[in-house]
Amino acid sequence: MQSIAELLGLLPGYSSIPETYRALIPVVVSCVVIFACMALAVLFAVWLERKVSAHIQDRLGPMYVGGWHGWAQTLADAVKLLLKEDIVPASADKLLFKVAPFVVFLGAFAAFVVIPFGASSFVADLNIGLLYVFAVGSLSVIGIIMAGWASNNKYSLYGGMRAAAQIISYEIPSAIAIMTVVIPVGSLSLVEIVNAQQGGIQNWFIFRYPPLVFLGFIIYFIASLAEVNRTPFDIPEAESELVAGYHTEYSGMRFAFFFLAEYANMFLVASVATALFLGGWTWFVPESVVPQFIPGPVLFFGKVLALVFVQMWLRWSLPRLRVDQLMYLSWKVLLPASLALVLGVGWVTVYW
Amino acid sequence: MWNYFRDIGLGIVTVLTSMGVAWRHLFTRSVTLQYPTEKWTMPERSRMRLFNKIEDCIGCGQCARACPTDCITIQTEKRGKDEPEVFASDGTQIKLRTYVFDIDMALCCYCSLCTFPCPTHCLVMTPEYEYSVYDKLDHIYRFAKEKPLSGKAQKPHSEKTESHGQ
Ligand code: SF4
Ligand code: SF4
Repeated sequence: MQSIAELLGLLPGYSSIPETYRALIPVVVSCVVIFACMALAVLFAVWLERKVSAHIQDRLGPMYVGGWHGWAQTLADAVKLLLKEDIVPASADKLLFKVAPFVVFLGAFAAFVVIPFGASSFVADLNIGLLYVFAVGSLSVIGIIMAGWASNNKYSLYGGMRAAAQIISYEIPSAIAIMTVVIPVGSLSLVEIVNAQQGGIQNWFIFRYPPLVFLGFIIYFIASLAEVNRTPFDIPEAESELVAGYHTEYSGMRFAFFFLAEYANMFLVASVATALFLGGWTWFVPESVVPQFIPGPVLFFGKVLALVFVQMWLRWSLPRLRVDQLMYLSWKVLLPASLALVLGVGWVTVYW
Repeated sequence: MWNYFRDIGLGIVTVLTSMGVAWRHLFTRSVTLQYPTEKWTMPERSRMRLFNKIEDCIGCGQCARACPTDCITIQTEKRGKDEPEVFASDGTQIKLRTYVFDIDMALCCYCSLCTFPCPTHCLVMTPEYEYSVYDKLDHIYRFAKEKPLSGKAQKPHSEKTESHGQ
């Protein structure tokens, strides 16, 4: 944000804008930049997901649109969704129905504010960054319940209720698993957490106190999969039971926003995992051995993409869990394990 | 307690196994055929669109009788005494003038029953399968070339099939 303000200062006539408005401009600009990057990343991820799913099933996926391996397929789909009719069911709660997709999207979007993409490319360095990510991320539950309720459709409502139960249950193990990183650093600020991992791969938290933090990473990854409603935890939108879950009644651009939010959420949890466990934008080896020749944000995006790929890989290899299995996994396996990890990491940090 | 940990272990092992299977398939050759650019070569005797070599057809109507869906329409008249004699390529004399020989491929069930009774082997199934059309009536293939001499009106096709097409 500081650098954006400096860049904007170079514009002619920038300093003649009144001080009160001038403070707002970098905020707006960085939001637009994040939104644009996110939309591009989502378009790419949707294409990647299609390709990955296709190749795992020995198919080819989109091959025609745009020439090389159908790279423009998602662009074409986005245009199609924009042009489609926006239907609001007659018996739906009109206001809630219309607002819900944007609430879901807001949760995913707002959390990107504190993600450190590079040494200086982040919008805000909150000292409660992680707490903020989790708080804002939970907004999407409200949006999903709103969508399910407002659709006035029993399948949508089922989907919304399942999503609420699932996201709230899995937020607990994932928040506790994150403690395995927060305890050694002693800060909730994502920038400080990344800074604590500088100096090569051996300093990344995933390799700290083996295998304690590594297990924390695994628990966080599983729980975050459930939080973003991805297979094998996609019971809120289980196609074979609930048509499409909470977004059954949505069409056109509002459906596209749910779609965007799902993929933005994938990127969000992958970004958090990267910043916490995989060293964020830091280089693999110490600077003194091989200097970092890839810019930080690119490195960060590469790590995020690797995690997103694993999410897709899991999606296309595992079947969907039953509701009771889902709850069993969260409350009886992940929660005790993460609590034990926190105890272990706490003991190691204090007495080692 | 033992079961609890065994289940967790089993879960991890099965997840890793299925991920391994998925990973292997990520790099196996895909089985997709990029249809309009790549095509299967059809077997020589595949049963696709019908073709009638009308020069050899003696108008006996056996194919129309054999057809279970009634999609072959034949109308014939006797050739006059004074006309030159016509022969099929296998030497059979063609005594009838076939002035309507319509096959409605929209009705055909590709059973190939019509091709067996044909005495001159002029009705065959070809490997041609790309003949989709926008109008069902375009699926009526008209093979007859000659015009009736007796002044009978040349009916386009049986009314039954025409009304089916609409
Ligand atoms: S293939 Fe069967 S259905 Fe088709 S025209 Fe011949 S006899 Fe009739
Ligand atoms: S059976 Fe053969 S010769 Fe007889 S009418 Fe049909 S196509 Fe012509």
